[in-house]
Amino acid sequence: MSKLSPSHKTVPVWPLIAAVAFAAAALTTLVLIENQKILGLALAGIAAICFAAARFGGVTAAETAASENPWLLRGLILIAALAVLFVLRDDNFGLLMVATVLIYATVCIGLTIQMGYAGLTNFAAAAFVGTGGYTAAMLGQKGGLPDPLVLISGGLIAVLIGSLLILPVLRTRGHYAALTTLAFGVMFNVFLDANELLGGPQGLKIPGINLFGWDFSSDLHILGFTFSFYVNYVILTGVLTALAMILAGLLDKSWIGVWLDVVRLDETAASVFGLKIGYWKILAFTLGNFLAGVMGAVYAKMTGFIAPSNFTFGDSLVMVSIVILGGIGNRWGVLPAALIVVLLPEKLQFIQEYRLLLYAILVIVILIVRPDGFVARRVRALRMEARS
Amino acid sequence: MGVIGQHLLNGMMQGTIYGLVAMGFTIFFGVMNVIKFSHGDVLTLGAFGGLVAVWATHSLGLSVPSQFIAAFAAAMLLSAVAGAGISHFLIMPLRNAPPLNMLLMTMMVGTVLREAIRLFFPNGTNPQRFPELLPSGGFDIGSSFFRTDALILIVAGIASIGVVYWIINRTKFGLAMRAVAEDVETARTMGINFARVIPLTFALGSITAGFAGTIYGLYYSEINYGMGLLLAVIGFTAAIVGGLGNIWGAIIGGYLFAGLQTFVVAAIPSMSDYKNVFAFVLIIMLITWRPTGLLAERGSERV
Repeated sequence: MSKLSPSHKTVPVWPLIAAVAFAAAALTTLVLIENQKILGLALAGIAAICFAAARFGGVTAAETAASENPWLLRGLILIAALAVLFVLRDDNFGLLMVATVLIYATVCIGLTIQMGYAGLTNFAAAAFVGTGGYTAAMLGQKGGLPDPLVLISGGLIAVLIGSLLILPVLRTRGHYAALTTLAFGVMFNVFLDANELLGGPQGLKIPGINLFGWDFSSDLHILGFTFSFYVNYVILTGVLTALAMILAGLLDKSWIGVWLDVVRLDETAASVFGLKIGYWKILAFTLGNFLAGVMGAVYAKMTGFIAPSNFTFGDSLVMVSIVILGGIGNRWGVLPAALIVVLLPEKLQFIQEYRLLLYAILVIVILIVRPDGFVARRVRALRMEARS
Repeated sequence: MGVIGQHLLNGMMQGTIYGLVAMGFTIFFGVMNVIKFSHGDVLTLGAFGGLVAVWATHSLGLSVPSQFIAAFAAAMLLSAVAGAGISHFLIMPLRNAPPLNMLLMTMMVGTVLREAIRLFFPNGTNPQRFPELLPSGGFDIGSSFFRTDALILIVAGIASIGVVYWIINRTKFGLAMRAVAEDVETARTMGINFARVIPLTFALGSITAGFAGTIYGLYYSEINYGMGLLLAVIGFTAAIVGGLGNIWGAIIGGYLFAGLQTFVVAAIPSMSDYKNVFAFVLIIMLITWRPTGLLAERGSERV
């Protein structure tokens, strides 16, 4: 199909290379800099470059180049990721933050499938992440099950718990649907707090990951360089993020994506065209919950400890705001949004206890100034020439 | 038998508070089609305002009844100003945005209020003791003991529900409000000052929240910065279960939720930690059975 596409003129690829290099450099700088004044300057610089790039068409150029050369984009991201890993190889805290950002981003890709594609409201994302985390914890206590299966069970149990909500989610709409997930999220937390078997408010300890003899809790030695053991988790979360990204991309590009759009935008029209609304909604809801559950299990394994306070309604709110700030329905927007929402409060020490306050104010300001998020979702371009 | 009376009274008290909060949600939704999730934190703000007023009047050496009046007046005034301010500066500019953006925005406004109280109120992280301003005694009927202050507060709460109902249905302002709720454009062509009715409506809804917050403080003798969040979730739940935009629905929803909680505590005392879990499960089942609430929303969806 791409051969038939109307754009025969070659698109310059350098904006794409520059964009990926800039993203990698920005990420590394933000993680590495400790001095608050320099950090402030770096932030201002990054913001200025982003603004200039958007103003002078750089973002559009990079996007065009990316859609014309998908494999170049993937290769560049891989190279950039390896470079970032190498630079940050012994910075434990930095790597932990990067892995956390990736976990949030992946959960939010799942939320994008639910909220952005299918139009389902989910205010209980943290509860599904928590389900995965507690599954990993319980299986870890029993022992015996290999870790890849533990991660998958995390996802499956989240799907199972989520399936209890399918009927209410399918039958309700708008604010009523928001309530069912919201009530579920709050309920989940109250339940965890009260349940002695699951550790109550004190939480549970979980052993680290061991993938086919690859022990995640020991440092790596490659070519004379020592890599912190957190590199393992960054690689794992990075691979999962990439897989989730590809999954969401395939969904979006396929007919399923178009059908989900129709279901979201006009249910009546969708059913007139013979689409099974319930079927597609269940698919999107299940996929999103599966991603949340798997990432919850990874999160639990990585931090080695989980408690009900990790999975509160506030955390669900953070995830929803990542999706909306990124530009609802745009899976790429999730990455910068997750970076800002998760990393900045950790890095800006002077705001310490004011961080929730400032974060809430920031979200309000962005919602007023940029209601479509950082990177608004493009309207689907149907290539009529290509198909005729 | 004695325990049942106790539970009944407690349930009535909680139901009144939930009903008052739910009424705010339903008023805002009826007029602007928004869910103002910061409502619970406006309630907290009101309760803290009331507490400060009690401290101030107490240090001035005023009598207990005037402290009581000052608490309610300050709470209602503060929450009215907060509600009107939020509607004017934050909700109005976003009223054409997607509902999800609005919901997130008001949730964030709630977070700002909550965090501001926690950070800037002296010793705000810890629960604050709310002084007892009502007679502390009680009386027995049969084998049940009834707290006098609880009875007074319940009567006051129900009376305030009545007053709000009267304002909405019997006054000129209420008429303007209902006209705006019905059809904004037509209401404007009929000469209703839209820009004034909206903040006043939000002030009215928020006054009930401030009132409920003070009742909460007087009844439980303790308030904390986070109490508004759960109250907002429960109030929203009650408003939804009753059917958004329907005042009676909200009140029924409030008492229903309190009834479910109380029932769990009374029937299975060992599970009282799970009372909200049970209540929310039943509510989710209820909403699955009737997806637009018990008393269906006015002018429901047209195809």
